[in-house]
Amino acid sequence: MVGIEHYLAVAAALFVIGIFGIFLNRKNVIVILMSIELVLLAVNINLVAFSAHLGDLVGQVFTMFILTVAAAEAAIGLAILVCFYRNRGSIDVEDVNVMKG
Amino acid sequence: MTRADLLTVLPEALLALAALAALMWGVFGGKDRLALPILWATAALLAALAVWIAAAGEGARTAFGGLFVDDAFARFAKVVLLAAAAAVLAMAAGVLGRRGLLRFEFPVLVALAALGMMMMVSAGDLMALYMGLELQSLALYVIAAMRRDSVRSTEAGLKYFVLGALASGLMLYGASLAYGFAGTTGFAGILEALAAGETPLGLLFGLVFLLAGLSFKVSAVPFHMWTPDVYEGAPTPVTAFFATAPKVAAMALIARLVHDAFGPAGHDWRQVVALLAVASMFLGAVAGIGQRDFKRLMAYSSIGHMGFALVGLAAGSATGVQTMLVYLAIYATMNVGVFAFILAMEREGRHLTDLASLGLLARREPTAALALMILLFSLAGVPPLLGFFAKYGVLLAAVEADMAWLALAGVIASVISAFYYIRIVYLMYFGDEGEGLDGAMTPAQKTLLVVTAAVMVAGIVNLFGIEAPAAAAAQALVR
Repeated sequence: MVGIEHYLAVAAALFVIGIFGIFLNRKNVIVILMSIELVLLAVNINLVAFSAHLGDLVGQVFTMFILTVAAAEAAIGLAILVCFYRNRGSIDVEDVNVMKG
Repeated sequence: MTRADLLTVLPEALLALAALAALMWGVFGGKDRLALPILWATAALLAALAVWIAAAGEGARTAFGGLFVDDAFARFAKVVLLAAAAAVLAMAAGVLGRRGLLRFEFPVLVALAALGMMMMVSAGDLMALYMGLELQSLALYVIAAMRRDSVRSTEAGLKYFVLGALASGLMLYGASLAYGFAGTTGFAGILEALAAGETPLGLLFGLVFLLAGLSFKVSAVPFHMWTPDVYEGAPTPVTAFFATAPKVAAMALIARLVHDAFGPAGHDWRQVVALLAVASMFLGAVAGIGQRDFKRLMAYSSIGHMGFALVGLAAGSATGVQTMLVYLAIYATMNVGVFAFILAMEREGRHLTDLASLGLLARREPTAALALMILLFSLAGVPPLLGFFAKYGVLLAAVEADMAWLALAGVIASVISAFYYIRIVYLMYFGDEGEGLDGAMTPAQKTLLVVTAAVMVAGIVNLFGIEAPAAAAAQALVR
């Protein structure tokens, strides 16, 4: 029997993979965008699992909002990335270093 | 019901419609030739909304089943952030054309960001909070990268986007946990679940994730990494905007969340907020010392100031919230003034922001130097200027809440940070006269610089009476 805890475990694992993907990745900015999607996916699994468990629709409504906003966010992220590529000629994470911070 | 709901969100609805109309006008009416008319119209609209909200609103109303809350707290934050946004637009107007930034999208995006901020401070539900925050953030990502042909600007946009999206993810994970363990996304419902008895561990985890995501937006340590780079890389009018309105909105949102939703768990979040406050105050004070760039310096300055505002919040009392709001209002005013000056820094038609160019500014521009000196002393918290009373208020609130150690840390951090503000004053009055600045300020910039400096001096009489509305706002939030 698959219970709520299994869903939460999967979501937590995806969330951690996503966070590590952002910080440990040294190669490509696209990988960071993918990791961000992974984090949002973990959140959505969490919300839908809780929604089913509680018998309450609000969690699924929230998921719809997150899906929509995530699409807009990815569009803006890719647009900024394209601009950056035109100026710098590279999208390696190591090359995002004109300013040291 | 629908009619009452729509009347409650009337200012937001008007701003949304105006932004969309401006977008259409810009696209079909002549693109960037219309940039200045749209910019001034947007600034006027934002200022008019600030006046309207300040004058008209009273009582507390909720709309759309508790998703949207219009109370004294939300109104105070809205007036401050709208006024700051209008001021930033007004002072940016004169320089956008000369620096190749005259695009009609800029005022439209600022209006949409302001709309997102108004939604944030009025959120009564985790969903409304998220939508407001994202509307603000998405607009800010774009304007950070507005100078499309500059490596620095696009890099600033990219860094801000990646870390901002990460913060949204953290915050959403917290929101999903809060929903799961409280059974609702409404702040009132979470409050009830907490008041019922023992705090579930999952709800505490949710709170910590929510706070982590939101502290990114106010650039509190340890979530501040983006701030110096984005401040330095983004075009200066955009930096001026970043330093004022979004900070006010995000801080108000944190106050709303911890008091409205997590009020009964005060002993838990107060420790977290106090930790963020101490770390921010000290990092802002110490890391600013070695900076050579004015915008980068202002980034560390804003990190430190957000630490002080968090001290007021950490007190966890109505006085704490009241002093935090007063602090934010004064902070926004000081930053508008300083950025009015930074925007006008030019040599032979090129914009520059290194501090060395301020050498002996007082000889060439005595008025501007005097006004900037007053603002810098106020930022440092030197009595008897307004900045001192702002700091005094939050530290006093911490002492009253039995957090004397926090107030002590604040005093020490304030002394350390005074060094870099006073060094600028030293440069302006006694520094080396190297290649100085030769640009002239626009009338709007000059007015804002002088007026904000005058406010810092004249406000010590009664703080222009903002304490009473701030107290009413705090009463509306802390019950």
